[in-house]
Amino acid sequence: MNTIAQPNSFRTGPDEQGMFGIFGGRFVAETLMPLILDLQEKWDAAKADPAFLAELDELGRHYTGRPSPLYFAERLTAHLGGARIYFKRDELNHTGSHKINNCLGQILLARRMGKTRIIAETGAGQHGVASATVCARFGFPCHIYMGATDIERQAPNVFRMKLLGAEVTPVTSGHGTLKDAMNEALRDWVTNVDSTYYIIGTAAGPHPYPEMVRDFQSVIGREAREQLMQAEGRLPDLLVAAVGGGSNAIGLFHPFLDEKDVAMVGVEAGGKGLDTDEHCASLTAGRPGVLHGNRTYLLQDGDGQIEEGHSISAGLDYPGIGPEHSWLKESGRVEYVPATDDEALEAFQLLSRIEGIIPALEPSHALAEVVKRAPKMGRDRIIVMNLCGRGDKDVFAVGKRLGFDL
Amino acid sequence: MTNRFDTLFARLRDEDRPALVTYIMGGDPDFDTSVEIMAALPGAGADIIELGMPFSDPMADGPAIQAAGQRALSGGQTLARTLDMVRRFRRADTETPIVLMGYYNPIYIHGVDRFLADAGEAGLDGLIVVDLPPEMDGELCLPALDAGISFIRLATPTTDDRRLPTVLANTSGFVYYVSMTGITGSAIADTGAVGQAVSRIKAHTPLPVCVGFGVKTAEQARTIGRDADGVVVGTAIVQAIVNSLDDEERATPDTVAAVGTLVGGLAAGVRGARLEAAE
Repeated sequence: MNTIAQPNSFRTGPDEQGMFGIFGGRFVAETLMPLILDLQEKWDAAKADPAFLAELDELGRHYTGRPSPLYFAERLTAHLGGARIYFKRDELNHTGSHKINNCLGQILLARRMGKTRIIAETGAGQHGVASATVCARFGFPCHIYMGATDIERQAPNVFRMKLLGAEVTPVTSGHGTLKDAMNEALRDWVTNVDSTYYIIGTAAGPHPYPEMVRDFQSVIGREAREQLMQAEGRLPDLLVAAVGGGSNAIGLFHPFLDEKDVAMVGVEAGGKGLDTDEHCASLTAGRPGVLHGNRTYLLQDGDGQIEEGHSISAGLDYPGIGPEHSWLKESGRVEYVPATDDEALEAFQLLSRIEGIIPALEPSHALAEVVKRAPKMGRDRIIVMNLCGRGDKDVFAVGKRLGFDL
Repeated sequence: MTNRFDTLFARLRDEDRPALVTYIMGGDPDFDTSVEIMAALPGAGADIIELGMPFSDPMADGPAIQAAGQRALSGGQTLARTLDMVRRFRRADTETPIVLMGYYNPIYIHGVDRFLADAGEAGLDGLIVVDLPPEMDGELCLPALDAGISFIRLATPTTDDRRLPTVLANTSGFVYYVSMTGITGSAIADTGAVGQAVSRIKAHTPLPVCVGFGVKTAEQARTIGRDADGVVVGTAIVQAIVNSLDDEERATPDTVAAVGTLVGGLAAGVRGARLEAAE
């Protein structure tokens, strides 16, 4: 691992150029640059505007259902026989995942900027549903790009988006997954730059998106901190979250980054194993490169061509990662590990049986790591895991995989 | 320092005609055919060659150039092989400026210093890297200028007068005006507006201004060539290659000739641009 100078604080990034160390930046076509600069100006003004923050807070409480509970998983804790396990239950949010936190923030910003049309990309469909939801709520036409492969494996979410009034365009270029959907959304954006706001779903893309999405998702970590102080009177020992693009993880981690005694682990999609070609562990098995507006760890070949990721979870199936995670990895502040499809499937079933909670496949990866670590930790230790999405969308795919005839 | 761009544009000023800038994707439909097509371009009337570096995720390109990149990559094209095409071309032609066009990641992975050394040795003149705006000039633009390779910037309809100086600051060779907001291969909307935009840019820079994105026919080349110092044609050439392929997307004996025919027509178009305007 590279050793770089330890900063005084891990919470001050990005710099004015949008960099977290060497990661991040604004690698976009000139057509988009004036818009990106305008977005940054409007975002800087909005985040300092009490009226903007108050409206976001109000929507969070009465539309999303915040704060989401911090739930002590008593039976799972007993079952694993080690650390006390808490779940930050963002799967109980309106629309079923943490994605709504970001979409509400960005739609308010789009309205401030006078945009009249919204586009978004989606992988598992959770961000697409959240985007379609806020567009319905605020009366914007909504255009979602989704890989043709993902449309097939996430049919219920496609119907939800359509029900919410969004237009869903299947993307057949590449392998028809999340990265291809993002390419297509960028092509739309560059064409309709005057009218259109692009709601990026994860803490990636050109500056200021990584910072902006992180700030909208940090409500997760702020609440968790307060709730755990009430429940236990102290900070957690370990935070665990799944990372695809990394928005739920950075949302949980960021408010704790300067707490030296809080360890953090991000769990990547290990697919069929890192010894195969079929995984999506950008941080563990990739290397730095430039894609979709930022420099970050990417799965790529020796010629700099981006490779397709694989995961049982469509939401983790992205060959990149938010740039702040790349920086947190290189600085050694956060540890990143893979969990395989099989481990995630087992965790999915375990939580369903033992706590009566059907998790999405994405946080099932995080849970697989909790299952490995909790037994090795003392009973006085505390783990907080971000249960960032519910599994309703996944029951068909998992049923099929387990040989269930639905 | 006199470079191939300066020499070319000085000659074209004497001839009172705009340049024809032709784009092909390196390695499309296969390496050997692509080398042959490239070698035939100047004879058919091309003044500058833009050689595409294929990338897996071409975010600013339309379906035709996306597919061309996929064909090239399937055929084993790499950045090293694209540079090899430049090298081979230079053995027979020491005058036609060559510009590599593409995205940053393959260059970043190749290593910027190594890339610039290889490109200079191969005989490259300029670079167009779509996802490197002026804000990222430290990455490649400034090192390229130090290495004597021009960095050609795209100006777009969203580049207003306030931003134009930023875009032009480290630009050399020529300025590439993108005629619309959108991806390569879309339909050009308003050739009159293009003329105004060219005048606006020329008020800020002595560099030649070439116009591209959406130019498909000799007639369009003629119209745009009245105001612009050069006309860029890409998708139409890529499409001519596609139309010549067999059912399995392999080159046929017609492929090289098909490009020659199209480019010949476009060259006649740009050569007629000022004549007609003078009538």
